[in-house]
Amino acid sequence: MNNKGILKKITGNHLFFPLVCLLVVLLINVIKTPDFFSISINNGVLYGYIIDVINRGSELVILALGMTLVTAASGGQDISVGAVMAVAGAICCQILSGGETSVSELQNPMLIAMLAALVVAGLCGAFNGFLVAKLHIQPMVATLILYTAGRGIAQLITKGQITYVRVESYQVLGGYIPGIPIPTPIFVAIAAIVVIALLFKFTTLGLYIESVGINSNASRLVGLNSTKIKFIAYIICGLLAGAAGLVSSSRIYSADANNIGLNLEMDAILAVALGGNLLSGGKFSLAGSVIGAYTIQALTTTLYAMNVSADQLPVYKAIVVIVIVTLQSEVFRSFVKRMKIKNTKAANTVLPNKGV
Amino acid sequence: MQETVLTMHGICKSFPGVKALDHVDFALQQGEIHALMGENGAGKSTLIKVLTGVYTIDSGEIQIQDQAIVNRSPQEAQDNGISTVYQEISLCPNLTVAENLFLGREPRKLGMIDWKTMNKKAGELLGSLNISVSPVQQLDDCSIAVQQMIAIARAVDMQCKVLILDEPTSSLDDEEVEKLFKLMKHLKEQAVGIIFVTHFLDQVYEVCDRITVLRNGELVGEYLVSELPRVQLVAKMMGKEFDDLADIKSDADKGKTQEAEPFIAAEKLGCTGKVKPFNVNLFKGEVVGLTGLLGSGRSELVRTIYGADKPDSGTLKIDGKETKINAPIDAMKKGMAYLPEDRKNDGIIADLSVRENIIIALQAKRGLTKPMSRKEMEEFADQYIELLQVKTASRETPIKSLSGGNQQKVVIGRWLLTNPEYLILDEPTRGIDVGTKTEIQKLVLKLAKEGMSVTFISSEIEEMLRTCSRMIVMRDGQKVGELDADELTQDTIMHTIAGGESGHE
Repeated sequence: MNNKGILKKITGNHLFFPLVCLLVVLLINVIKTPDFFSISINNGVLYGYIIDVINRGSELVILALGMTLVTAASGGQDISVGAVMAVAGAICCQILSGGETSVSELQNPMLIAMLAALVVAGLCGAFNGFLVAKLHIQPMVATLILYTAGRGIAQLITKGQITYVRVESYQVLGGYIPGIPIPTPIFVAIAAIVVIALLFKFTTLGLYIESVGINSNASRLVGLNSTKIKFIAYIICGLLAGAAGLVSSSRIYSADANNIGLNLEMDAILAVALGGNLLSGGKFSLAGSVIGAYTIQALTTTLYAMNVSADQLPVYKAIVVIVIVTLQSEVFRSFVKRMKIKNTKAANTVLPNKGV
Repeated sequence: MQETVLTMHGICKSFPGVKALDHVDFALQQGEIHALMGENGAGKSTLIKVLTGVYTIDSGEIQIQDQAIVNRSPQEAQDNGISTVYQEISLCPNLTVAENLFLGREPRKLGMIDWKTMNKKAGELLGSLNISVSPVQQLDDCSIAVQQMIAIARAVDMQCKVLILDEPTSSLDDEEVEKLFKLMKHLKEQAVGIIFVTHFLDQVYEVCDRITVLRNGELVGEYLVSELPRVQLVAKMMGKEFDDLADIKSDADKGKTQEAEPFIAAEKLGCTGKVKPFNVNLFKGEVVGLTGLLGSGRSELVRTIYGADKPDSGTLKIDGKETKINAPIDAMKKGMAYLPEDRKNDGIIADLSVRENIIIALQAKRGLTKPMSRKEMEEFADQYIELLQVKTASRETPIKSLSGGNQQKVVIGRWLLTNPEYLILDEPTRGIDVGTKTEIQKLVLKLAKEGMSVTFISSEIEEMLRTCSRMIVMRDGQKVGELDADELTQDTIMHTIAGGESGHE
């Protein structure tokens, strides 16, 4: 009885399923690649599959945080985040290079470049937010504008070139801080999580976002400004996309408008869904989305480890996603429940006969 | 003299827990306009839906020209000659008028749509009904009234014998209503039987020949319009025999000396399309009732004061100071609280917990950067769960899993927590059990005694008489009267609601 109660409490938790998914993916990894969890130190930094998953997953985690807020508040997704990453990367690199195609010395202070990139990313978010919250355009349609135009804007900024910033200090964000064996992106992801968590602790934004996402009419009548709240959610999403863009750009110490954050928006949406969040808005769980993001990254890394080429990757990903999403769906769950009841009923009817 | 085109006999329809229709009879003559009247929940819409095949009947019989029919779907009802035009127009706005008229039964030539014939036939049809619109115009570009008429034209062209108009006038202005009535009279001459569902008494008396009144799923009676005075009609709808109305007086302190300065003073406040400009003075320590039939503008009046619908004319003074209210938050900051009529869509935030639902208004009032501590929230939640005797498993239970009455208590608690000086309760007792109803009424009286100004809206006259010390009467989006304590009897109220021959000012 008691055990059952605890079990129910655990399985009933909203993070239970996302965690199970993550564990299953990790388990498959261990079976396929026995040294998956082994960590070694080479050249003073940590190496290993698991480190790679956490490191490479950083951008996705950062994006998933913003995507979760946008989804919860507006019941729709921001599909422009990948393009906004490219824009942020382009702005930063262009300022650092002072307009040159390739530099080996910073032309402007890094702080200014990064802040400018974040401001522009925030403006992109504000643009999306304006369309969605003020003009009531469907989120998918509104963000489609920057989804298609964003990379073009990034190209314009870099004048159609790939701007290289071959300076070691610029590679820190996407690489390693001298003397510290843990990759910097991991710290950035943690910082993003902490900032958002603090934001929710010291403001009521979390409650407001849920309230507006669940019932926008009732929220207005209790004095909430749903336009403002949705707008804020999109700005935060834009800022986070900017931060992810800086990490991505720093990894390759360049602004590659065509490849930074490519297809990452879909992974971010998927992370939100895998985290057990409804894509139609309302109550949300940031922890779920973070777990979802790492699950996807683990999956990607697994497939690479299994020598699946980058072109075929989406196919395998799609198969796994179909399985996971099916397992999470209400229809499937109630089907399982019905089967269970049927089985216990069958067992019950059999038992008395045995007695006879 | 006239042939009966439709007879419904002994119609019963139950939903889980409710008897929506209980042995209802209905008869429609050829070439008459027959009003179907009744307050909310009387069974009007159920009767219409049974007739149009949306619901199947439990028992009873439907006959069209003495031939028994069974409608299992709206399509089948249409084949049987029953067409419906709903309040919400169910046409395709992106198609032309002609396309809408012939959708699904387009004239064809060699398997292709014969546009020429279609447009020509559409033109003829519109011409015969005196609807002045081009067949090739896109429906979008037509006014709501014309769209409504096109929907009717479509129904007429499908050889309908019975045409149901479900609140067709609620989104039309006076001139458009006039046009629609002309069309209805035209159809009447062509021997179509029209069932007209509306909340507007004036319109009933303008176009209808006969009235059938329903109440609580039962038939009250069928009357000739010329033989049923307005007051009688209102009495029948509300379930009071006009003659033996008892003069119930409330126990509340009535005729309380009113302060010189009203707390809320609205002057010519109005919101176009919702409520016509009105003057209202509301004092502290009194419960003012707002009455009128459904759709008379009583909710719209309070929504305008509260800023839920932004007023576009007139001024509002709160505590003597002129105030501009742009959104509910402004009203809240001035000490107002509003419990909306539609609990499910405007009241509860379904997936949030009881605790969050209770504190949300106060939290919104305090602002984004001043979150309450968890402990504070829990204390507030417990306090109001206790005070209002909310039956919930815990304060963390999602509000959607509570019963209607308990959800309502939570929403009331939400507003009491903001410590308002002016509380608006729009149908706070609808759909909740009798015990809770009395509790809420007692609470209202107690709050007023403590100095709060309360506006109370209810469809139940008795409830209003028990709680209110003054009443404002609404009709057709307009304030038509105000009744003081000594005038508060059922018959004066009903006279005022009915208006017409014996307006009471």
